[in-house]
Amino acid sequence: MLQSRFDPNTVRATRRQFLIGTTTAVGLVVGYKLIASDPARAQTAPAPAQPNPFQAYVEITPENKILIHSSQFEMGQGSYFGVATLVMEELGGDWAQVEVIGASGNPALYGNLAWGGIAQGTGGSTSMTSSWERYRKAGATARMMLIAAAAKAWNVPENEIDVASGVVSHQSGRRATFGELSTSAGELPVPDNVPLKSREQWSQIGSDKLKRYDSIGKTNGTQPYTIDVKMDGLLTAVMIHPPKFGAELVSFDAAKAKEFDGVVDVVQTPRGIAVVGRDMWSALKGRDLVTAQWDEKNAEQRGSAEILAEYQRLARGPAVATARNDGDVAAALSAADRVVEANYEFPYLAHASLEPLNAVARKDENGVIEIWGGHQMPDLYQAVAAQVGETTPDKVKLHVMKTGGSFGRRAVADADLIVEAVSTAEALDWKVPVKVQWTRENDMRGGRYRPAYVHSIKAGLDKDGKLVALHDHIVGQSILGGSPFAAMIKDGVDATSVEGASNLPYAIPNLKVELTTTDVKIPVLWWRSVGSTHTAYAIETFMDELAAVAKRDPVEFRLSMLEGHPRHAAVLRLAAEKADWNKPLPEGRFRGVALHESFSTYVAEIAEITFRSATDFTVDRVVCAVDCGIAINPDQIRAQMEGGVGFGLGAILQEELTLTKGIVDQENYDNYTPLRIEQMPRIEVHIVPSDEPPTGVGEPGVPPIGPAVANALRAATGRTIQKLPITKGLSA
Amino acid sequence: MVAFTLNGKAQTLDVNPEMPLLWVIRDVIGLTGTKFGCGMAQCGACTVHVDGTATRSCQTAVGDVEGAKITTIEGLSGKVGQMVQTVWAELDVPQCGYCQSGQIMSAAALLTETPKPTDEDINSAMSGNLCRCATYQRIRAAIHEAAHRLEA
Repeated sequence: MLQSRFDPNTVRATRRQFLIGTTTAVGLVVGYKLIASDPARAQTAPAPAQPNPFQAYVEITPENKILIHSSQFEMGQGSYFGVATLVMEELGGDWAQVEVIGASGNPALYGNLAWGGIAQGTGGSTSMTSSWERYRKAGATARMMLIAAAAKAWNVPENEIDVASGVVSHQSGRRATFGELSTSAGELPVPDNVPLKSREQWSQIGSDKLKRYDSIGKTNGTQPYTIDVKMDGLLTAVMIHPPKFGAELVSFDAAKAKEFDGVVDVVQTPRGIAVVGRDMWSALKGRDLVTAQWDEKNAEQRGSAEILAEYQRLARGPAVATARNDGDVAAALSAADRVVEANYEFPYLAHASLEPLNAVARKDENGVIEIWGGHQMPDLYQAVAAQVGETTPDKVKLHVMKTGGSFGRRAVADADLIVEAVSTAEALDWKVPVKVQWTRENDMRGGRYRPAYVHSIKAGLDKDGKLVALHDHIVGQSILGGSPFAAMIKDGVDATSVEGASNLPYAIPNLKVELTTTDVKIPVLWWRSVGSTHTAYAIETFMDELAAVAKRDPVEFRLSMLEGHPRHAAVLRLAAEKADWNKPLPEGRFRGVALHESFSTYVAEIAEITFRSATDFTVDRVVCAVDCGIAINPDQIRAQMEGGVGFGLGAILQEELTLTKGIVDQENYDNYTPLRIEQMPRIEVHIVPSDEPPTGVGEPGVPPIGPAVANALRAATGRTIQKLPITKGLSA
Repeated sequence: MVAFTLNGKAQTLDVNPEMPLLWVIRDVIGLTGTKFGCGMAQCGACTVHVDGTATRSCQTAVGDVEGAKITTIEGLSGKVGQMVQTVWAELDVPQCGYCQSGQIMSAAALLTETPKPTDEDINSAMSGNLCRCATYQRIRAAIHEAAHRLEA
């Protein structure tokens, strides 16, 4: 989500802002105001220069467990496995000992290094970038401390001691487990400048045999998620949210609900009404019996069709801000031999993670607020919980749960679920622990969507078919605007609106990317691959249009503009080679290509389709080439590319979140429709060998699939689908 | 009172017969491997076996399973069930893992009924199980692999 080109100064300002922030005027706020807090108390004491891995990152217990405290959040993308792989490479443990725990509460230790280390958080596919040095170093340091403890106990030189598969041994025959040495090792001074293994010594990093340590628990029902948290007296709360974004609660009547057996209470929270039951079903039955009156005078009243019509009007007019301006686009367009224009429309999209959003809150006997949940931005959630719970952040303890997906939805600046869980528990005087559990309908209608956008694009070719000018005017809402990250908006440009277009690699002498940010009360958020979800589609389908006008091959056309971008060119060449790009396909089958870099990972995808008619086609095969630097877990890179293709394909084919008169039309998976198994193509993933530092794979598989499929459809029909989703654009 | 067998154990519960089996299993009995995803039989995360048939427990009233034998992911056993679980882990099918209990229950029911499923058989048996991480390629591969090993 957040790009890696962070300005630490901006982030520092941002962090202060969210700790002492005021209420942002987005939608669901009902009489809720953030209370100023002291930033100095937002975290525990700063970490020493060389943190003790026995406390901070790698904890080895007397029971011989290796507990790895991961700064990076696990939502399915395999970050815990990646972090553990880095530790295990240097530590020499046995995988059966490994357990990974989500860390929180100390940005000095767990701050994301790809963001300058200022705040802890998971996003922008940065987990491996942030962890690469930190967790290998932690593993190596812990190993050195185990060796030092053994050398001392056995009175032998350190360089005669070996560590392998969780056992420390000496040629004399002495042996000890990690657990046996853990207490004495933990008391030793932390060594500085511990050397890391060289690439030739790696046995874990890059190994194709390594399996995720956490798959078993996900096949026998034992992996706990937030929805599964159990404790004595735990009650379940379900929410009633305003029917329109920005509506405010006037009054409600819960008399009938409270009569239903199993309903414990009905309380008002800053974000709506919480119906509290002894179990989920009782709470749901109670919810049906509550009536509420809402004041809609400040609510968003428009439908998505009206909003997009407004965007279309804005896209034809002058832009407000400029994200990139090379050469002189206006002059180059008027001098061009041929000018091509296109206009793209992208709908709102829901994350629709399978685990409906939730959080559990209670107060312990010492007055500490404990919260179990998907804490993707823990510093912020800790601060918000403290403010809502009228305490200080050091009195908030987060328990980081693995979640059933996120795709960006668990990293939300207004900490929606945290606010609901804390305020509901507080409304019940903290007498009992409470789990706030959203239904699918709450999730679908709860906002925080991928924003809708319009792109108005124009390009000029010279008489030789060379692309000499490109102008893209993007219209849509800002994700950062109105959030604690608003300080990152520079000169009116929210980078998340234009990324993927503003950093276009193609050599185009006259290139202008402009932005008009709109004011709409529908809350929006980063959605797996963020700006690239729309910029890649607009640019890469337009490239095929231009190649067709210039009568050039789409792969060759792109390669001719990639001088100085060897990593882009290499993935494109690799995908073309593996997909037999130059060999003709049987009748009725068509190919399309797309290339896109996001979050410093380079991906080319080639889609093969069978086309029978506009309403009857299948995506049969996708060949994917990826360069993400050093491949830490090759099979997980493949898994993320496969999943990214499926996630992106569902969106581009058939996902669309619409509103009518301010009310979201979709409620559940019957009318908001992610990809299903029968639609999944065969996917082949090819990883480019690399010595570059590792980058992420959670998001970059998503952007190219849409334009690759659209370009295959273009090959079949001669026209580019400019209005998404494709199933709608094809019939339009 | 409603009586049924869950994972081989007799249950007699004083619950509202309208309560969906999903919430009886999760909130009353306390087995949490069966997941809530949609509440309207659209996602399959809540799939259990009712007398051997893959069934969406979120849309099954507990009063309707009187006397039935119910199996959840925690109670999945036998050659087919264990093979599916083994292969699932070996191929690293799960990503977030939240839908996988339901996927495995549907896959085990399919392989019990149809020991050598075609791609079409897999599509029709598994179409009701959503995976938002889109692990479908590995789900398909795991079902074929389990079928292959069970045949051997």
